[in-house]
Amino acid sequence: MGPKECEEAVNSNRPVNLDLSKFSFPLPAITSIIHRVTGLALFVGVAFVLWAFEMSLSGEEGFNAVKGVMQGFLAKLILWGIISALLYHLVAGVKHLFMDVGIGETLEGGKLGAKITLVVSIVLILLAGVWIW
Amino acid sequence: MVASVTSLGRSGLYDWMVQRVSAVILAAYVLFLLGYFVATPDLTYADWSGLFANTCMKIFTIMALVSLSTHAWVGMWTISTDYLKNGVVRFLFQGFCGGVMFVYFVWGVQILWGL
Repeated sequence: MGPKECEEAVNSNRPVNLDLSKFSFPLPAITSIIHRVTGLALFVGVAFVLWAFEMSLSGEEGFNAVKGVMQGFLAKLILWGIISALLYHLVAGVKHLFMDVGIGETLEGGKLGAKITLVVSIVLILLAGVWIW
Repeated sequence: MVASVTSLGRSGLYDWMVQRVSAVILAAYVLFLLGYFVATPDLTYADWSGLFANTCMKIFTIMALVSLSTHAWVGMWTISTDYLKNGVVRFLFQGFCGGVMFVYFVWGVQILWGL
């Protein structure tokens, strides 16, 4: 940093931009970032869901076409991916609602909440996989 | 404090509330549909089109579409303000997301329209 940047950094009241690659992330941070990533994935996944939704309601023929496509391995994998993202996002969202009403707000509570989020969503994701195949 | 003109309600508290209300509606919708699929293993076109021809289901679906648009807006806005530091890039990204949400909404309504 030169003197000018230094002066700006000292006088700035904005937070310091920390180097995230040098951090060791605690579990609640990991569950939080997965919540974000799954949200982003779902935003893209909605396009596939709407496409299948439209075709399935376009008539008998379209409905059977979607049913046929969903028999394929790749389609099942994409479906499982979307449902997995949805289930994780849902479970992590419910944890947020619990925290909003004051449950699990302590450090220990946050760690436990992150563990519960992971375990519950992994179980649901595995169940969804069994159901799809 | 950063004053933002791109957040949904110009207020963090309002966005926070919108995020939760829309989340609950989306959760109810998703759980209903997943339950319907699990309970109906041999789904036919007659069952499926009959379900969405029902006015209650149309209202529920459009509620879910409105919730999806607002929920995704708050979510994508949060992500973009956290990670995209360049104002122009952030504005373009938010504009793109808003456009996609609008398309999703109109597309979804249009699917239900003719049933």
